[in-house]
Amino acid sequence: MTMTFLKRALLGSASLSMLALSPAIAQTNITFFYPVQVGGPLTDVIDGYVAEFQAQNPDIAVEAIFSGNYTETTTRALTAARSGNPPTVAVLLATDIYTLIDEDVVQPIDTFVTSDDDQEWLDGFMPAYLASAQVDGHLWAVPFQRSTAVMYYNKEAFAAAGLDPEQPPRTWDEMVEFGKALTVSDSSGNVTQWGLGIPSSMNAVHWLFGALVAQNGGMLSSEDGTHTFFDSPEVIEALQFFVDLSTEHGIHPPGILEWGTTPSDFMQGRLAMAWHTTGNLSNIRNNAPFDFGVAPYPGNPEPASVLGGGNLYIFSGASEEQQAAAFEFVKFMTSAELLADWGVQTGYVAPRDDSWETETLRNFVQEVPQAQVARMQIADSVPEISTFEAARINQVLNTGIQAAVIGEQTPEAAMQAAQAEADRILAIYRD
Amino acid sequence: MKVSRNFIISMFLLFPAAVLLIAFTFYPTVATLIDSFFSTPRGRRPAAFVGLGNFERMAADPVFHRAFFNNLIYAAVTIPVSMGLALAMALLVNSRIKGRGFVRLAYFTPTILPMIAVANIWMFFYAPDYGLIDQFLGLFGLGGTNWLGQSGTALWALIAITIWKLAGFFMIFYLAALQQIPPSLLEAATLEGANYLQRLRRVVLPLLMPTTLFILINAVIEAFRLVDHVIALTRGGPNNSTQLLLHYIYQVAFNFWDTAYAAALSVVLLSILALIALIQFGFLDKRIHYR
Amino acid sequence: MSANRPSNATQISVTLFAWCLALLWVLPLLFAIWTAIHPPVYVGSFDLFAPLTLENFVRVWNAAPFDRYFLNTFILVTFVVISQFVICTLAAYAFAVFPFRGSQWLFMVVLVQLMVMPEVLLVRNYATISKMGLIDTIPAIALPYLASAFGIFLFRQAFKSVPKELDEAARMEGAGPLKVLWRVYVPLSRSTYLAYGLVMVAYHWNNFLWPLVVTNSATTRPITVGLQVFSTVEQGIDWPTVTAATLLSVAPLLVAFLIFQRQFVQSFMRSGIR
Repeated sequence: MTMTFLKRALLGSASLSMLALSPAIAQTNITFFYPVQVGGPLTDVIDGYVAEFQAQNPDIAVEAIFSGNYTETTTRALTAARSGNPPTVAVLLATDIYTLIDEDVVQPIDTFVTSDDDQEWLDGFMPAYLASAQVDGHLWAVPFQRSTAVMYYNKEAFAAAGLDPEQPPRTWDEMVEFGKALTVSDSSGNVTQWGLGIPSSMNAVHWLFGALVAQNGGMLSSEDGTHTFFDSPEVIEALQFFVDLSTEHGIHPPGILEWGTTPSDFMQGRLAMAWHTTGNLSNIRNNAPFDFGVAPYPGNPEPASVLGGGNLYIFSGASEEQQAAAFEFVKFMTSAELLADWGVQTGYVAPRDDSWETETLRNFVQEVPQAQVARMQIADSVPEISTFEAARINQVLNTGIQAAVIGEQTPEAAMQAAQAEADRILAIYRD
Repeated sequence: MKVSRNFIISMFLLFPAAVLLIAFTFYPTVATLIDSFFSTPRGRRPAAFVGLGNFERMAADPVFHRAFFNNLIYAAVTIPVSMGLALAMALLVNSRIKGRGFVRLAYFTPTILPMIAVANIWMFFYAPDYGLIDQFLGLFGLGGTNWLGQSGTALWALIAITIWKLAGFFMIFYLAALQQIPPSLLEAATLEGANYLQRLRRVVLPLLMPTTLFILINAVIEAFRLVDHVIALTRGGPNNSTQLLLHYIYQVAFNFWDTAYAAALSVVLLSILALIALIQFGFLDKRIHYR
Repeated sequence: MSANRPSNATQISVTLFAWCLALLWVLPLLFAIWTAIHPPVYVGSFDLFAPLTLENFVRVWNAAPFDRYFLNTFILVTFVVISQFVICTLAAYAFAVFPFRGSQWLFMVVLVQLMVMPEVLLVRNYATISKMGLIDTIPAIALPYLASAFGIFLFRQAFKSVPKELDEAARMEGAGPLKVLWRVYVPLSRSTYLAYGLVMVAYHWNNFLWPLVVTNSATTRPITVGLQVFSTVEQGIDWPTVTAATLLSVAPLLVAFLIFQRQFVQSFMRSGIR
């Protein structure tokens, strides 16, 4: 990196001395695609970061482009890359990694890491978050806006049901037992409050189901992204449990629970316990009319949650100067202080331990102790399912889960069909 | 020679349209057709000729079958219902009812509310238990229906949104046409003793025929094009029960990045649409007489 | 429909039906207004005494340049409709008035475009626009739609129904082809232009997918794409924000329609669409 530093220093001083002579400063232009996935328009916050970066690095001009949600950002970045005009840096899903490698459009981050400073920066990330970005002996991305799934629960409903509001369930059995106590019907037999809600809509179910499978001691995909284990006993059992929550135990609303409405369901008192992302904490904190708790996930027997969110990728189509500038930008965006601030502004989990030591996050945790739960749970968390053809494999899995949840297929039949389809899709990636 | 003069003038007149059509319709269509005979290129694997491989895959693809079948239902319901409602609305607004101005405005509002924005509002209507529809049904002791979350109702929930969106828009055209019907024709029919329904059937509907065909073209296009709410609400779920052809193409192309298979799917959709277009226009060209 | 006035009971039930339907149709808009003027806590509980607030609007207004989005949409729609009028008129004129060998066949080829939706050709068109260096410009949003087979077909129909004598009379006076078009054909097809114009305004006002792909910045983004910022569902839907944003973005059109609806509907009707 000394080369880059020298180059930058030279360029910087050159441009400074030329400033008086010529209006044309030698600048490196980079583009930065990012989604805003948690609610509230955070484009101003990002623009603020970019302005700060440019003030520190006058020789780099960053064009920050808000590009919709994750799917749209990936769509746009890949469409742009295919037509020869890729972004320089983008925030994309951690699970997009195999797709991006397969398309051959990203540059491994570790090829930029040359100095001790860089290495120190890299070592500061939580290993759990780096793990999913390592493929073929390279690190392809660094964590930026990361989240994990947690359980929100209504403390007042717990108290009303005679449960201890400070003791959320720790096992599946407890969760079912508590759920039964928390499920309330009116005089005509209609349920007015369900014990538990786990969203199962197309855009989310593979994520939360991954937590159920991990709790049951199973896994959904192999580490090299070429195999899935949908028809393994652990996975089928986990799906059976998911289906039973509604059909057998009667503590979960029937049919598909929509991810987008689940926070409202919880805040309206329709759900006493709800599985969702940590990214929702500030929303629920601001709007829930009751005292609520955030709990780590239960286990069967080992508790487990699932990691999610987006990483920063550098695209390989850009020139070397642009890539070097992009790396500076990536380091800036993942500094301890900035990630702490981003976490407070959004509810994402800062993926660096030193971020949690900053004053910003310390004060925040003091004010909102629930934020701490996410961090404590990371050690128990597994990566989101990640394979080649990730979107298609997720679609196959989600369709199978939904078929079982709405009762069109048994969990076993649904997962066997999903596995057969996944095998067909992944066959060409297995050597 | 007359023919060559016409030809030269036509060439000048057609030039701008031709350039645009070639650049943004015919070239990409042909390219898509060619793509459909190749495999999807990935960064590490270039495209290879696979012949009819993509089409064979489609024949065996249950999601495609489902999307095809769903789209037929979707079209078969949205087209006649939205057109029928549009006609009914136009007749209502054209008669002497109180508050006509408000009623007309009410029917027209969906047209100015972009689908992508109203999708979220509809999601609230369909939300189980506390959603608007269930709150209303709750008054009668019904409720707890997960409209978008079960395969029996999800597609119909989307169809309802489409009808809501389109009927008011089509109404405007019917309304304008109704106002053009000479009152003397209706009076003559009345004098002959025709009641309201008879007048409607014998005088009004035949005179609305050109408008009906104009609306029909638009309704067919929308029945295959309008998938914004699928993207926003269900993404084809649950278990593909709301999967529609264009949405599936969008997913395969822009979520799965399987451009070759998406091209093959597009070829099928384009063939269906081109066929409908040719039939319609062949028919229209003979039937519509503009004055 | 005059004469033979229906009975009072029929009249009342018809009015009632019309009103119920109207209420049903306007419900999403009413819900949007209701939700947007109340604090988030009151979503779904229709409490008449819930406190009113404009805070949702303030938050949304400060979060995105709605004035700019609206201007973009306005420029886009104006540009598309005017260009379509010119391009499709010329082509339709050729097909209707200057037939040549193969023009019938060529017309059928053009018609195929009617059903070839630009949405299906997204990837290819993006590459074309990109090569032209037009990404993130308003013309880029418009270009794939400018030559419309639907427009060409409609205008051709309209021109064909213009009496030949008028055309010949104009030519006798020494008018060239373009002058005849402008003096005779266009004025007599006003109603078709109005109907087609309305369809296209509605289409591009609502269009989403293609603008989403080709625009990058607030200076070009139309309203539909700008609205998408507020409807990302990862965190759950924030209905007060979504509805406030929706209302802000449709407000100008809604107000314009409210003020001009009489003139609009009347002129639309006077022109007589067939």
